[in-house]
Amino acid sequence: MSQPLLEVSALRCERDDRLLFEALSFALGAGEALQLRGPNGAGKTTLLRCIAGLHPDHDGTIRVLGAEHRAGDPARAGLLFVGHRLGVSAPLTAGENLRWHVEVGGRPADDDAVEAALERVGLAGWADVPCQQLSAGQQRRVALARLALVGPAMPLWLLDEPFTALDDRGIALVLDLLGERLRTGGAVLFTTHQPVSALPSLTTLWIGAAPAEAA
Amino acid sequence: MTGAPVSAPLALGALPEPRPGRLFLGQLRRDLALAVRQPAEIANPLAFFVLVITLFPLGVSPERETLAPLAPGVLWIAALLATLLGLEALFRRDRDDGTLEQLVLRAQPLYLAVLARMLAHWLVTGLPLTLLAPVLGGLLALPAEARWPLTAGLALGTPILVLLGGVGAALTVGLRAGGLLLALLILPLYVPVLILGVSAAELAVVRIDVAGVLAWLGAGLALAVTAAPFAIAGALRIGVEAG
Repeated sequence: MSQPLLEVSALRCERDDRLLFEALSFALGAGEALQLRGPNGAGKTTLLRCIAGLHPDHDGTIRVLGAEHRAGDPARAGLLFVGHRLGVSAPLTAGENLRWHVEVGGRPADDDAVEAALERVGLAGWADVPCQQLSAGQQRRVALARLALVGPAMPLWLLDEPFTALDDRGIALVLDLLGERLRTGGAVLFTTHQPVSALPSLTTLWIGAAPAEAA
Repeated sequence: MTGAPVSAPLALGALPEPRPGRLFLGQLRRDLALAVRQPAEIANPLAFFVLVITLFPLGVSPERETLAPLAPGVLWIAALLATLLGLEALFRRDRDDGTLEQLVLRAQPLYLAVLARMLAHWLVTGLPLTLLAPVLGGLLALPAEARWPLTAGLALGTPILVLLGGVGAALTVGLRAGGLLLALLILPLYVPVLILGVSAAELAVVRIDVAGVLAWLGAGLALAVTAAPFAIAGALRIGVEAG
C-alpha cells in the first residue's frame, strides 16, 4: 500500500490528570475506514481533536497526509472535521452556512453545488430556511452536507458521532457519502456507538475497555 | 445498499486554487448577513449611545455653556462604552456552535478571516456611531467647529476600539462569564484613543490645527489593523483548543 493518509504512533493523552490512552498506534490508508468505539468519556472525541490539531496537549506523533502535524499547519487543508459542535450558525440559512464553508477554504461557492449537496443529504429545497427553524436531525444533515460539498477535496474525514439525531434514511445517505469517499481514495475515521456494517474495509478500534463480547 | 441517485458525484475535479480574497469576502458577507438577521444586536449599542447622550442635558444641565465644554468627552465616552456592549457576543456564539473551530481549522490565512470579521463588526457598530455622533452633538451644544474633528476622530478611532476589543473578546472567548473581565481588560487600552479623540475636538474649539492629533489616531489605526488581527487569531486558536 502507498503512504498512509493518517499515521498515529505512540499517542498518549491525558485530560484533567486522567490518562485517556497511551501507546496508541494505527494507520489509515486510501480506501480505509476506522470506527472508534468505547464507553462515554473514554477519549474518542479527544483523539479526533488531537488528529484535527485542536488538542495540542498530547505526546507521540500524528502524521496527516505524510506531514507531521503541528498547530496552524496547512496540512489541515486536506482534513475535514465535523465535530460535536456542528459548525452551523443558527440565524443563517442552510445555504448561507454551506456557502461560508466553501469560501472559508478560499474557493468560490456556487448555488448549484450548494443545492446539490443539500439534495445529497435529503434537504432539497431547504437552502433558504434559517437553521434555527430546522430540527436537530436536519441541522446535523446541513453539517454533513459539507461531506458532499467540500469533502471531495479532503482526503481524510474525521467525523465525531456523525449519526447522532439522524433517522434511518439519513444514516443511509451519510453511509453512501462515506462509501463514495472510500471508493475515490479517501479515508474516514469516525466515532459512533452503533455497529456499522454497510462500509467496506471497516475496522473497529476500541478506546478504553472493550466489552468482552466484542469480536 | 442502493442509496440515493448520485446527483453530485464526489469526483475530484480540477479544483480552483484557494484564494485569500475569496476567504475575505466570504467571511465579510457571512458576518454581515448574520448581523442583518439579528437587528437587535446592531440596534442595542446605538440605542444605548443615544440614551446616554440624552441623559446629560437632563441630568447635568440644559445650559449651553455647561454642556458645550463637556460635549466631546461625553460623546467619546458614550461611543466607547457602546462599542464595549457588542464585544462579548463577537466570538462567543461562533464558538458555541462550532463555526469558530471550522474557521481556525480551515481559514488560510486566519489573519484575513479575522480582519473581515472585525471590518463587518465595525460596519455595524463603529460606523453608525460615527455618523450619529455629530447629530447627537446638537443635544449637547457641541460647538460647530468641533463637529468635523469629532467625526473624523471617531471615524479613525472606533475601528481601533473594535480591533482592541476584538483582542479582549478573543482572549475571553473560552470563559463562561467573560463580560466584566473583558471590560476590565480592554478599558485601560482605550485610554490613549479617548485622549486623542477628545483632544482633536477640543483643540478645534480653540482654533488649533488638529491635523497632528488626527495623524496620531491614523497611525494608531494602521498599527491596530496590522497587529490586532494576529493577536486575535492567536487568542482564538488557544480558545478553540481549550475545548
